[in-house]
Amino acid sequence: MALLSNTAALLGKELRTEFRSRELLTTTVVFILTIVVLFSFTFDPSVSESRRFGPGLLWLAFLFAASLMLQPCFLREQTNDTLGALRLSVSDAFAIFLAKLAANTLFLLFAQVLLLPVFSILYNVPILAAFPQLVLVMFMGSLGLSVTGTALSAISAQARMRELLLPLLLLPLLTPVLIASTEATAALLVPNPIMPWNWLGFLLAFDVVFLTALWLFGEYLLEE
Amino acid sequence: MSDWTSPKFDRSIGLKKRILIAAVVVILMTFAAYAALFVAPTESKMGTIQRIFYLHAPSGMVALLSFFVCFVGNLAYVFTRKPKWDWLGVSAAEVGMAFCTVLIITGPIWAHPVWGIWWTWDARLTLTFVLWLLYTSYLLLRTLVEDPDRRALISAIYGIFAFLDVPLVYGSIRWWRTQHPQPVIMGGAGSGLEPTMRKVFWFWFLNLVILMIFLIRERYALEAMRGEVQSIEREAEAT
Repeated sequence: MALLSNTAALLGKELRTEFRSRELLTTTVVFILTIVVLFSFTFDPSVSESRRFGPGLLWLAFLFAASLMLQPCFLREQTNDTLGALRLSVSDAFAIFLAKLAANTLFLLFAQVLLLPVFSILYNVPILAAFPQLVLVMFMGSLGLSVTGTALSAISAQARMRELLLPLLLLPLLTPVLIASTEATAALLVPNPIMPWNWLGFLLAFDVVFLTALWLFGEYLLEE
Repeated sequence: MSDWTSPKFDRSIGLKKRILIAAVVVILMTFAAYAALFVAPTESKMGTIQRIFYLHAPSGMVALLSFFVCFVGNLAYVFTRKPKWDWLGVSAAEVGMAFCTVLIITGPIWAHPVWGIWWTWDARLTLTFVLWLLYTSYLLLRTLVEDPDRRALISAIYGIFAFLDVPLVYGSIRWWRTQHPQPVIMGGAGSGLEPTMRKVFWFWFLNLVILMIFLIRERYALEAMRGEVQSIEREAEAT
């Protein structure tokens, strides 16, 4: 129970920090929008082509955005010298990770839900038929991105060239998330969408595996 | 029995013995090459090019085995914090990368005459590529952290994450698309190799495992020496 209350308190801190500056969300949303627009020049954005390439394009944009957005996650604590205090304030270091990954999932999900209608309008892909299902896929995908991304941002923050290193470490690791989320999204963008339970199950498995790994090994990453 | 993980063990084994072991490995590899080229029968459909299989398939298995050794080293380091496990981890990762590279290079050489294309994004090919990228990142991460203890710890945790990702990558791509032949070795009913081919194959596998152990040992000795030099340097700096 201490874990949950600690996590809730820390999550509150993360959200407050973000909503005071709104730097991270604004940049992420604009970044994804830029990629989505730039992609339109790389293929003929007709309806059928967009249905084929759209989901992959969208998830690739989310992946790149996440690998940049997760950068300051631990770096900020390090530059402000607050990691030690944070570590002392909770009994279980996992609470720090939980709070950060919950915050990152929320930010990503927010950006995705905001940009999904924009994508739908720009590429003429109807999304209303399966909007709640799409949000579920987005949630599972963002959770996968955030779990691994939060752990790896704690790793990259301790190395040189960290800005380049995080995408390098994170992107190959996210191959399964990219495939599963893209396939699940593609299944929901067709005229008669069916719920892609198999891919959702796969995303769930990914999330569970890495959440467990983070629970087991995360605290070692915060050792001074 | 001396402790093979201690750096001193290496000096006690002596240069002569190591050269002898290397010579044995070279002789075994020569035998293996002879077996693949002359002993094994020519495959009826693919012809001579199929002989690359004896290098190709076992390399993949040995690469995975090396990465598993790396994973074990990583886990052991996180829990014991003994530098020797870190040395084992980096040695196994580098040797695994070497075999993985052999796999990626021999693959297209075989695929082009047989499938008519150099590369296809099928499950095992893609997995190999992603594996290669994951362990390149692992080795790259190691070059970007100065403090040896910190480097050992965070790279060990990344190594654990990378290895956990392997079955997930394979599973996701396998569901998604596949073209590679179904496993012939230990595959389902109806698959199987001609008996001589099977013998040559397993001989190659055994040889490459021996080569892997030899290389990991040598690389480990180097890393151990490096660690020792570093600690001496640090001591010298402190005084």
